[in-house]
Amino acid sequence: MSLQVTDLRVYYRTLAGDVKALDGATFGIADKEIMGLAGESGCGKSTLGNSLIRLDGRMKYVAGSVNLDGTDLPIWDSDEMVHYRYMEVSVVPQYAMSAMNPTRKIGKMVSELVESRGVSYKEIRPEFERRIDLVGLRRDVTDRYPIELSGGMKQRMVMVISTLMDPSLLITDEITSALDVSTQRAVAETLVSFRDHGFVKSMMVITHDMSILYQIADSILVMYAGKLAEKATTEVIIGRPLHPYTRMLVSSLPEVGVRYADKKLTGIPGGPPSLLHPPTGCRFRARCPLAFAKCEQEPPFVEVEPGHWAACWKATGSDA
Amino acid sequence: MSATSPAEARESAGPIISHQVAAPEGKPRGEFLFFALRSKKFMLSVVILAVLAVVAIFGPIIDSTDPVAQNGLPMQQPTLDPGNWFGTTYFGEDVFAQFANGLRASFFVGFLGGGLAAVIGMTVGFVAGYRGGWVDEALNMITNVFLVIPTLAVLLVITSYLQARGVMFEAVFIGATSWPWAARAIRAQTFSLRSREFIDLAKLSGRGSRQIIVSEIASNMSSYLLLTFILLFGGAILIAASLDFIGLGPTGGISLGLMMYNAVTWAALQLGIWWWFIPPGVGIMATVGALYVMNVGLDEIFNPKLRTM
Amino acid sequence: MLSLNRVSKVYKTGTFGGKELLAVRDVSFDVNGGEVVSLIGESGSGKTTVGKMILKLIEISRGTITLDGQDISQIHGGDVKSYYRQVQGVFQDPFSSYNPIFKADRVFAMIRGAYFPDVPASEWADKLDAALRSVTLDPGQVLNKYPHQLSGGQLQRLLVARALLLDLKILVADEIISMLDASTRIDVLNLLADLQTRGMGILFITHDLSLGNYISQKTVILRRGVIVEMGDTEKVFGHPTHPYTRLLVSSVPQLHKKWAEIEAELSAPIAGKGGCPFHDAYPLAGRSPEPSADEPTLVKIEDDHFVGCFELESEKAQQVA
Repeated sequence: MSLQVTDLRVYYRTLAGDVKALDGATFGIADKEIMGLAGESGCGKSTLGNSLIRLDGRMKYVAGSVNLDGTDLPIWDSDEMVHYRYMEVSVVPQYAMSAMNPTRKIGKMVSELVESRGVSYKEIRPEFERRIDLVGLRRDVTDRYPIELSGGMKQRMVMVISTLMDPSLLITDEITSALDVSTQRAVAETLVSFRDHGFVKSMMVITHDMSILYQIADSILVMYAGKLAEKATTEVIIGRPLHPYTRMLVSSLPEVGVRYADKKLTGIPGGPPSLLHPPTGCRFRARCPLAFAKCEQEPPFVEVEPGHWAACWKATGSDA
Repeated sequence: MSATSPAEARESAGPIISHQVAAPEGKPRGEFLFFALRSKKFMLSVVILAVLAVVAIFGPIIDSTDPVAQNGLPMQQPTLDPGNWFGTTYFGEDVFAQFANGLRASFFVGFLGGGLAAVIGMTVGFVAGYRGGWVDEALNMITNVFLVIPTLAVLLVITSYLQARGVMFEAVFIGATSWPWAARAIRAQTFSLRSREFIDLAKLSGRGSRQIIVSEIASNMSSYLLLTFILLFGGAILIAASLDFIGLGPTGGISLGLMMYNAVTWAALQLGIWWWFIPPGVGIMATVGALYVMNVGLDEIFNPKLRTM
Repeated sequence: MLSLNRVSKVYKTGTFGGKELLAVRDVSFDVNGGEVVSLIGESGSGKTTVGKMILKLIEISRGTITLDGQDISQIHGGDVKSYYRQVQGVFQDPFSSYNPIFKADRVFAMIRGAYFPDVPASEWADKLDAALRSVTLDPGQVLNKYPHQLSGGQLQRLLVARALLLDLKILVADEIISMLDASTRIDVLNLLADLQTRGMGILFITHDLSLGNYISQKTVILRRGVIVEMGDTEKVFGHPTHPYTRLLVSSVPQLHKKWAEIEAELSAPIAGKGGCPFHDAYPLAGRSPEPSADEPTLVKIEDDHFVGCFELESEKAQQVA
């Protein structure tokens, strides 16, 4: 396995207590696999993505291990992680478009970045330019300031910069959300081309938009309220989901071709639980139409069939 | 300091925190007290100002000597005897009485001058920021003119005509010339608030411009307006002290700056009459300093992003 | 019935206001009672500008907007309030739509103060209760709370409830879904559809084609301020004609078809003699920057399906930004 995460728990420190944003994640991503991480806001997907690369001041590492290509990543030690950040694990964070230093030309910014990692910009420049060509930008973009580029161009630029060192794992956080539909497609397809060209070994694509994942992801991991709900290949998650949350989520998405007059879609009533004092047992219990007595015990995230994990008593067939 | 939009605050705090965690109650008032009592800067400055206020209010009552009456023995060192806490000046005036009355005068000028500047600054800032267009251009021009006017030169000209000047004049003059930066800052804030959707919603509820400025914009900026007022207050005291010190202050009465002016004129430093200039100097420093520190403390209290947990 | 007739919005740009920028150009369409019209466009298309002009938040530069025959630019002063009795809006960011220092139900108090000052308290409470229930909210859960204590979906529904307190004819919903979670989106959408079946006219502004397709009867596709295609929703999505519409439809990520499949499915474009149905019909009507008042902007290609000129300016549609 390229990436193996075991029982990862990361909480947020707040004045009112610990917010259990990520409460036990166990999964793996294979080489050449693009895994989508889906869920609604507050489910912990951004926390999971961030914790693999950098824990910021409010995040507290509680338990669990992250193993990348056979090495355990010391995610709790920010200084130790410097060796791995950008070289082995790289991230395209949310709002990356706005994160480029507006007072620096892009070429200068990249040279400062790679030099700080001990890599000579001169040596890497030909490869850098090759990749700029690949994403459909002009080479003179290195002489421009970020403000001169459009949203889609900036997003693609950031993607090139983040993968320049051929990291083993790339994490992208909502990189298509703020873009127009036509640019979204271009950016998503660029992501796939990076994997196909071998610039990155595996990818974790974090988004709330399941339909983008259907287009580009090999597998999807669905999270709910800090816990993992279901993981399987894309076809299975969209076509034959087992977890009630996944099912209700997929069936609540409008699509071109589906009209209210013909088939009224339903949402999921209620809202996600508080993560400050999460409920015992299955966290989806309060909103689940299939909830029964056993749901008071938290269901484990188990492999119900080869390559398909789910955390639900009904899914595992233990609903005697 | 800026009025951060809730969306920005949410995004920076992460998806979970701002929904589920606030200070113990959901109400802004309770939250304010909660953080205020924990802020060292705020509490320290409040204590200092409270002490000074007590001296300013009760000092002249306790020690009811006329500050400019040359009754006592000259150049007496301060002792613990009542009526001689701060000693006497070169002319036998009671320094404590001068200090207490001077504090009063300084607070008065600060309040009136700062208050007037705040009112003008707010009016100009809100109207320019909300209306935009040519109203904004015109008000900007006026603001720029006032910014550029050499106030000291103007004051010199005026004093040559007005032989007798009172504290009121000084306060009004300071108020009328120190508002431009406040107007600028308030205008900028208003601009950013104006494009928020709740302003559109207020318009869609049939509210007029004036109502919107007061009930939507000003209310949203209330903490910022308080901070602006505190800065103007402190600034006015400092300006007044400086003007008094170079002899352009009120012609009668007493103030802290005037005490220092006299002390320098009569060579207090050389004669060793340290109790004549140290109290007013410390007084000015403490007042203005405490006000600025309070400002920083309040900024931290109001703006969650600046708080360290 | 709301009617837009060759509406344009001009902004003056350049150092001394010498140049003109047309954010919206010659837009004409109607919104009738009991129907949802989707106004679809990407960023910079001018769709929000159109919404704001209808809501009288921005002035109309050219053309007219009429409500039941009355020209809305002629409504001034006190009459504006009665216009807002019939036309209201809900905006994109639910958290930005509330003044954060006040409780959320202040928005109702504002309506009460402006439109129902004489209504006794108990009657108002009943009215409010009914409005909240009709948007599937529990009054006990949402009243007396601050905006940050409620979710985005609840806040949006509160805004719809607010609009329902008046005798609304037209509701302008500007991207109200985009900041909501997937599970609450559909509830708000269904709510809009419900209002439409009860007779309200809704202008649903969005960039998301799937949403527009789901609830609207008519669709208007806007690009850089100009209508490129318009008509019955099923026809516009069923056989998209304009290259821009085809680009949009082929780029929308769908849940059961890959992009390659969708592209293959799009039937061959309707090619006229010159390659553009608009200029086939109006060979002399060149694409001048200022079409005169009687020059048409769209051509009818089938019943209830109109398309504009195919020219997408010098850049090719495929080369995204």
